[in-house]
Amino acid sequence: MKFAWLACTALAGALAFAAPATSKTLKWSSQGDIVTLDPYAHTESFTSNVQHHIYDPLVRRNRKLEIEPALATSWKIVEPARWRFTLRQGVKFHGGETFNADDVVASVTRLLDPTSRAKGNLANVVGAEKVDDYTVDFVLKGPYPLLLNDLSGIFIMSKKWLEANNALKPGNTTTGVTTYASSHANGTGPFKFESYRPDVGTTLTVNENWWDKAEHNLTRIEFKPIKSDATRVAALLSGEIDMMAPAPLQDLQRIAGAGLKVVEEPSLRVIYLGLNLRPELLAMPGQKNPMLDRRVREAMRQAIDVDTIQKRVMRGKSRNIGIMVAPPVPGYSAALDVVAKFDVDGAKKLLAEAGYPNGFKTKLDCPNDRYIADEQICVAIAAMWKRAGIDVELKTETRATYFPRQDKGETDAFMLGWATLPPMDGYSVLSALFATRKPGTAFGGNNPNGLSDPRFDDLAQKAGVELDETKRQAMLTESFKIARDEAYFIPLHQQPVAWAMKSNVDVPQFPDEYVRLWFAKVN
Amino acid sequence: MLRTLASRLTQAVLVMLVVTACAFLMFRYVGDPVRVLSREDATQAEKEELSRALGLDQPVLVQYGRFVGRVLSGDLGVSFRNQRPVATLLAERLPATLELVLVATVLSLSVGIPLGVLCALRPDGMLARLIQAVSLVGVSTPTFVTGIVLILLFAVTLGWLPSFGRGATVDVLGWHTGFLTASGWRSLILPGITLALYQLTLIMRLVRSEMIDALSSDYIRYARARGLPERYINFKLALRNALMPVITVTGLQIGSLIAFAIVTETVFQWPGMGLLFIQAVSFADMPVMAAYLLFVGLLFVVINMLVDVIYALVDPRLRTRAA
Repeated sequence: MKFAWLACTALAGALAFAAPATSKTLKWSSQGDIVTLDPYAHTESFTSNVQHHIYDPLVRRNRKLEIEPALATSWKIVEPARWRFTLRQGVKFHGGETFNADDVVASVTRLLDPTSRAKGNLANVVGAEKVDDYTVDFVLKGPYPLLLNDLSGIFIMSKKWLEANNALKPGNTTTGVTTYASSHANGTGPFKFESYRPDVGTTLTVNENWWDKAEHNLTRIEFKPIKSDATRVAALLSGEIDMMAPAPLQDLQRIAGAGLKVVEEPSLRVIYLGLNLRPELLAMPGQKNPMLDRRVREAMRQAIDVDTIQKRVMRGKSRNIGIMVAPPVPGYSAALDVVAKFDVDGAKKLLAEAGYPNGFKTKLDCPNDRYIADEQICVAIAAMWKRAGIDVELKTETRATYFPRQDKGETDAFMLGWATLPPMDGYSVLSALFATRKPGTAFGGNNPNGLSDPRFDDLAQKAGVELDETKRQAMLTESFKIARDEAYFIPLHQQPVAWAMKSNVDVPQFPDEYVRLWFAKVN
Repeated sequence: MLRTLASRLTQAVLVMLVVTACAFLMFRYVGDPVRVLSREDATQAEKEELSRALGLDQPVLVQYGRFVGRVLSGDLGVSFRNQRPVATLLAERLPATLELVLVATVLSLSVGIPLGVLCALRPDGMLARLIQAVSLVGVSTPTFVTGIVLILLFAVTLGWLPSFGRGATVDVLGWHTGFLTASGWRSLILPGITLALYQLTLIMRLVRSEMIDALSSDYIRYARARGLPERYINFKLALRNALMPVITVTGLQIGSLIAFAIVTETVFQWPGMGLLFIQAVSFADMPVMAAYLLFVGLLFVVINMLVDVIYALVDPRLRTRAA
């Protein structure tokens, strides 16, 4: 019976593909739709991901996620704050315009426009200057080691096309300006834009004249967003789509059981608990904050049975972690990635040593719709802390209300996930989570709860301008060591990324959860 | 009639002011769009700047005042999230929702009324009992469960119908319709049934009880005594009277169908206004939410007025009273 069914599918598949041998369409789905086609009018990583198929950046990530040349062929640092890029020649936009330095300058100017939504993506750049037709200088605010990381997410638009369509300025909410570029696209990338209808889909066709040798064999991409998990799985099972990213964890078994391919691996996103390090806890006003004592923080870490969370809550799909950054990211150190041992009695002893033999009171705040199984993880942790004698008041809520509260520091212990994206570098952890929050600077943007260690601030300052990569990475690792030794955070796990696809579809998966269909094959 | 209409219009404006005012009071609880819209590692300064640009640094009252002023000048504002005019977003989504609601309404009336009559005429028959029992299931099953079950059965197991989307649409003077293509109709079946099911059972039960009431009233007994044909009595005399409350309920239900459509549209990825609203909520996109609530308020007011007018057409007594 099963064989017969398989044979039928195979036959049907063969017939379907036999007709036009050259036409290979990939239909894929995700839960959200893209926001706009204008690369500078948003800051959403998924929208960038889809746009990356149409637009090329100056440098891009290869299969190992290393940075490699794209529209720029080489670069050098001519002065600490001036980088010179040599551009690729013979590249054409989809509309036929020839790519040159004017396009780079126009793109950077457009991105850095005061009204641009995405200008923060290039916060350290003052501007771009044309040297000749195929050479461009980037002028920076100071020495800055992560320029290439930033540029890998900056898509280059055509100056002529922007001018012709009156879109040299990006769209703007306040003035109500929406540009031609938000509903049309003209890049140099591997696929050409065909159509976009919100919540219905986006279609792309192959760019036969792409400057790079195509590693994919697609002729057409149809992206169809499906918000409901159950419907998305049904659409895959019924064959209406070829691939989905992400696939809901609870359905993986069913999908694999239906003869489809499931690929999964730990993502870059590290889920951790942050702690309130101000003089008082919100749960214990008027008393000294117990979490200021390293032993208390250590006890809180030891009291959590991460293995049980991994097996029960995460269904064995996550990877437990002992450091605040995931393996492929610069700054990671395997020596530091040792998961704290689960030890309730040890935790109780530490609490007693710190002067809290009967525990203390704290709040625990978590989102319930942002990370995989976020609410269940927090429920489990609250129960584990209670066993160690800590009185936990748990609150879970939707992300739209949780994050603003967390950002204002209205939490004692809180859950957060950090993927170091878009730069994909350990510096993002050091500057945003470890360094002291200082208004008006880039430091401590996600450190709302009073963590302030001068060693972090010093390292963040230095690493931020260190152009020697070995020294810079040593500084990052040093900061992760301090965070671990002082138990400032409780790292839990890397959450898994799971995709599902038909067995004849081959789409490589990446820990940054990007879908790179220029590596995809339909057999 | 004109005076009634005028007073209705004043009421409508008041209703919509109240609706939008409530909406603005609620917005502070749906979350902070700045956080949703900024990059993960955005600095405080960046967030504050965005907040200013969106006008969120102003007190709620000022924000509301600006909103009312804009709406009065015919401008619904621009979506925070994808920076397109809200009026355009709504206009793009309106055809999908209205076509779905139309199909669901036609379906529920054309199936619900005959079944209700059948149950009323033979209240003790096997068929009537069966329909009654099944209808209980229809009333009590949540929409998303119905939708998922239909998808699993007809899309996954049988492979007859699509599980999501609208199929191919045709652009007729800016109105994207699914009525003109085969795949458009195929795509309408499952969401149409899902959306209609609750209303269908409601109408059926309503027609049944009204019909039983009517059949046992004096004028029917008198008509029977006069020996009028059974058909004439049942359909011309009894059913017509039984339909009065059905009109009210159907009218109001069209409003609720658009509200219920949020769930159906999410399950079937139906690119209508419900889906737009759900996404606006998850991104705290205030201009879209406000405009949607304004629209729904307007819809209910208009439907109420239409129901009054139709009432007058069906029930001659109301006409004479108005005159």
